[in-house]
Amino acid sequence: MMKTFFTRYLGIISIVFAIPIWQLIVRLSGLPKFILPSPLDVYLRFVTAVTDGSLLIHTGHTLLEILLGLFFGACFATILGYFLAKSRALEKILAPYLVASQAIPIVAVAPLLILWFGSGLAPKVLICALIVFFPVLVNTIVGVRAVPPALYDLMKALKATRWQILFKLELPASLPVLLGGLRIGATLSVIGAIVGELVNAKQGLGFLLKVGDFQYDTAMVFVAILMLITLALSLYGIVTLLEKKFLKWMK
Amino acid sequence: MNSNPALVVKDLSVVFEDDNAELQALENISFALRAREFVCFLGPSGSGKTTLLRAIAGLIQPTAGEIDFRFGRPPKIGMVFQQPNLMVWRSVLDNIKLPLELEDVDKNIAEEKSKELIDLVGLNGFERSYPRDLSGGMAQRVGIARALIHDPDLLLLDEPFAALDALTRERMWGELSNIWQAKRKTVVLVTHSINEALFLADRVLVLTQRPGRIKLDLEVSLPRPRADDIRYTSQFGELAKKLRAAIE
Ligand SMILES: Nc1ncnc2c1ncn2[C@@H]1O[C@H](COP(=O)(O)OP(=O)(O)OP(=O)(O)O)[C@@H](O)[C@H]1O
Ligand SMILES: [Mg+2]
Repeated sequence: MMKTFFTRYLGIISIVFAIPIWQLIVRLSGLPKFILPSPLDVYLRFVTAVTDGSLLIHTGHTLLEILLGLFFGACFATILGYFLAKSRALEKILAPYLVASQAIPIVAVAPLLILWFGSGLAPKVLICALIVFFPVLVNTIVGVRAVPPALYDLMKALKATRWQILFKLELPASLPVLLGGLRIGATLSVIGAIVGELVNAKQGLGFLLKVGDFQYDTAMVFVAILMLITLALSLYGIVTLLEKKFLKWMK
Repeated sequence: MNSNPALVVKDLSVVFEDDNAELQALENISFALRAREFVCFLGPSGSGKTTLLRAIAGLIQPTAGEIDFRFGRPPKIGMVFQQPNLMVWRSVLDNIKLPLELEDVDKNIAEEKSKELIDLVGLNGFERSYPRDLSGGMAQRVGIARALIHDPDLLLLDEPFAALDALTRERMWGELSNIWQAKRKTVVLVTHSINEALFLADRVLVLTQRPGRIKLDLEVSLPRPRADDIRYTSQFGELAKKLRAAIE
């Protein structure tokens, strides 16, 4: 009983212990605030950023990029992935480009995309979508190919239409793998948005990171990083909730 | 008995080709099913029984020959596969309901009909269970219920009772007999069991070793309804002997 209680909350306990240790390290090392701020400094900076409204605006902006990127990236990848799963020929034609596109680090093309599409929302959404694209695509292909052929027979014997096969067989059968792809994509999308913002932005958490760094406002940098972690974990949590809701049968 | 043919199969051959190997599964199969007839196919493993059902269901294209339906409309097919073939993400109830969903039947009616069939196959209390929690025999019964729910014109059953225990199997024979008597469907049942064939069928067709050809076409004129003790009659014994001889 005691043991299960302990293991369940081990994660929280570890965080609770880490904060005083962090505080202690700052105290003992005597490092200046702009090198290593203490948890208290970070908390105070967080409070000012919240009260002057700036944190909300920047977080909202980054979140918008992430959600749009995730949406477009995942939608496009799922649709393309479906057709690739269905057609070996199409897969052979597109495979070299897809693999090559994966070999290019997104950080390297980000400046190019900013150059082409300006410094607004669009290029960040695009970078986000690109980074989300591949894992979702691969999982879609794997998921759709893994639909048991015998169930296609069942649907055909029942004279199911193309759409019925899609929505009553292929989608639910591949959903576990699809959500797995979305889970990876959701975490990556945060990275995508930040990469875009670091190259060039006037808003967003990436912008805050850069400004904080530039002004030796290191506590601000920590606040921005913590917000990014929060965003990534929330997205991850949402996908996990979706899994809980739609994959009851797996448990 | 109505003697209009409902299904005419003519010179049906199925050849499978993988890479460069050819495998003839069925060769020149011809037979006609009367409407509302109950026909059993017997034959050794690999004689093409499953292949024949799949061809009738339109799941594979025959290499040669014709399959001609004469139901007056494209027949609704109810199929029980050799494996239960359930959707693991659907509950027992939702698996059984699938054919009605595909026909856009009203939800409440579909629900009610599913419950009737759950009753019929003896799965009360398991409506909300998922396939992974079912035994092989229970899963197969879900498959049977699913094949019956949309009131098909033609039932194609591929060794539906093989995974059941003897008691349940014989109860299912009775149920299937009753359903067939009541609804007068055309039934094609594949089995390895001579007893099963003689209990259920109007006619038994025996297939040869690969490539499958029709070796024997035997009328079963045993009186109906057939009770358990029919197997001790001399008429039953004689038919069984003929079938056993044909199967080798
Ligand atoms: N899709 C396929 N591709 C290639 N060969 C196949 C295919 N389906 C069946 N066969 C072959 O056709 C032959 C007949 O198979 P089938 O499954 O129809 O036999 P069966 O009479 O149903 O056997 P059993 O009693 O074991 O179920 C077998 O030799 C099998 O290997
Ligand atoms: Mg078979």
